[in-house]
Amino acid sequence: MRAGPRGARQRRVPPLGVLGLALAIALLASIALGAARLAPGTVLRALLGRAGPADSAIVLQLRLPRAMVAALVGGALATSGAVFQALLRNPLADPYILGVSGGAAVGAVAAFALGASALGAWTVPAAAFVGAIAAVAVVFRIAAGVGRALDTRVLLLAGVVAGAFFNAVILLLLTLTGAGAFRSALFWLMGSLSAASWNQVLVLAAYLLPAVALLFLLARPLDLLALGEEPALYLGVPVERVKLAAYVVASLVVAASVATCGAIGFVGLVVPHALRLLWGSGHRLLLPASFLAGGAFLLLADTAARTVAGAQELPVGVVTALVGVPVFALLLTRRRA
Amino acid sequence: MSDGVVASATPAFEARGVVFRYAGARRPALDGVDVVVPEGSLYAVLGPNGSGKSTLLRVLLGALVPQAGEVRYAGRALGDWRRRELAARVGVVPQGEEQAFPTTVRELVALGRYPHLGPLARERASDRRAVEEAMLRCDVAELAERSVASLSGGERQRTRIARALAQEPRTLVLDEPTASLDIRHEMEILELASALAAGGVTVVLVTHAVNLAARYAARLLLLDRGRPAAEGPPRQVITRERIEAVYGWPVAIALHPGPGPDAGAPQVVALAAGDHSME
Repeated sequence: MRAGPRGARQRRVPPLGVLGLALAIALLASIALGAARLAPGTVLRALLGRAGPADSAIVLQLRLPRAMVAALVGGALATSGAVFQALLRNPLADPYILGVSGGAAVGAVAAFALGASALGAWTVPAAAFVGAIAAVAVVFRIAAGVGRALDTRVLLLAGVVAGAFFNAVILLLLTLTGAGAFRSALFWLMGSLSAASWNQVLVLAAYLLPAVALLFLLARPLDLLALGEEPALYLGVPVERVKLAAYVVASLVVAASVATCGAIGFVGLVVPHALRLLWGSGHRLLLPASFLAGGAFLLLADTAARTVAGAQELPVGVVTALVGVPVFALLLTRRRA
Repeated sequence: MSDGVVASATPAFEARGVVFRYAGARRPALDGVDVVVPEGSLYAVLGPNGSGKSTLLRVLLGALVPQAGEVRYAGRALGDWRRRELAARVGVVPQGEEQAFPTTVRELVALGRYPHLGPLARERASDRRAVEEAMLRCDVAELAERSVASLSGGERQRTRIARALAQEPRTLVLDEPTASLDIRHEMEILELASALAAGGVTVVLVTHAVNLAARYAARLLLLDRGRPAAEGPPRQVITRERIEAVYGWPVAIALHPGPGPDAGAPQVVALAAGDHSME
């Protein structure tokens, strides 16, 4: 590559290019693989509207919307995970650390327990979203009530404590509920993309893409926030506004993701952390890279969940953990060596 | 120093009647402090532990808002400055900071361009040049690709000063820049600060190193329990009675033997415990 002043910028392109390619391949693979295996050519023809009716239906009605939801949610979780890591100045933070998933789970489990899920497919995501937003509000209220400013250490404690409380509520609801609702609730808690539809894709895209773009805009202030709040302030960052924006927007992103698919774990922790180890912590690269890599990771995990055990679909959260944790451990030990 | 020409200009920092009390504290950390930091010289703030040095610094920089009094930078009330505007003029090297994620020296120094770039603008050639120049000035250019975590204390401090210089500031604020540095590194930092001041940058130095401040600063502010005990050129501020009263320990004042431009600067020598009563 040519040396000179453009070198620094050009170095940024390959990671995103590589990840974009990985996302495209993961997307094609997840459409091609399943109970009926399609050739890549068939997939492309179906996407262009030139395949037979059976292949077209599989691709356009079943697999494509599900793949889109996986890519959106995986990307959103990984991006918000990276933002939470920067906000809390802790490389081991994940999107659920502040209790958003717990609140969503309370909403969803309550909907199952009260039989509201029979009223329509929308009720559980709606209840989960309301629960998630309530959790964000409660945790924020606790953290902001302690001092004049938003203290991220208090935020972390408030999130953990609220999470423990939500867990107790979930267990209580599960104890009191009948066997059918219990089973549905349990499957929801493990996370699944099986309810994906074009409606979901449209709603998620309209909601998540602008929110994720907003998070991208915070990249440089987050670089500075990693130095600590006081140095960031002296370097010109409006610290309180940036913390508030990062917290609220990242929480809203997580709330929608969890409401749609349940609390799929490890994507939001492993993906940004692994990218930090590979390419450093500059958030202008890290945040878009997390979006692409998170999407690819969840696509592949969901494809595995649908295919490895034959007709029996595995909970996707199980796959993300089973694959994500060893990869993560490997990265950690390789780094230490 | 540059008294004649610049003294009539607007001061860099100006604080009047500043009172600041931390929540729950019994006495205020600052109890009626007036400061005028003239433009273009090296100004040192001294005082024992807990005398309010760091609090004064945070008030001057707008990180803490005083309960009474007013603070101005370049003649404009601090509240009227946007943080980025202020950071484009005032570079700060705070005391110890801990990075959450590993970074290289160049990345850390480049963060100093934020006030000029904001959240969105692309780095231009002028930004990269400012970063390179700041690294050269602080003698860390050869460390550019090293991880900051792998640096020695002196190298790390020079890197952080380079970050502040990358801001291209008119005023540089250093909070205890020589804490836990050896003689050479300490002297290098003071020489750098002094060279910057000679080049027209206002340098505000908060330090425990009374003798270094007395050698390099044009003026000193000596704080005692939140109040100014003395302010002025080193020879007027550093007297035996005053230093003994403020620091609560017997001392003698010697004159720096030279050679050097600072020969004759007052130097505080703390005396061993024994038979000398403090007056």
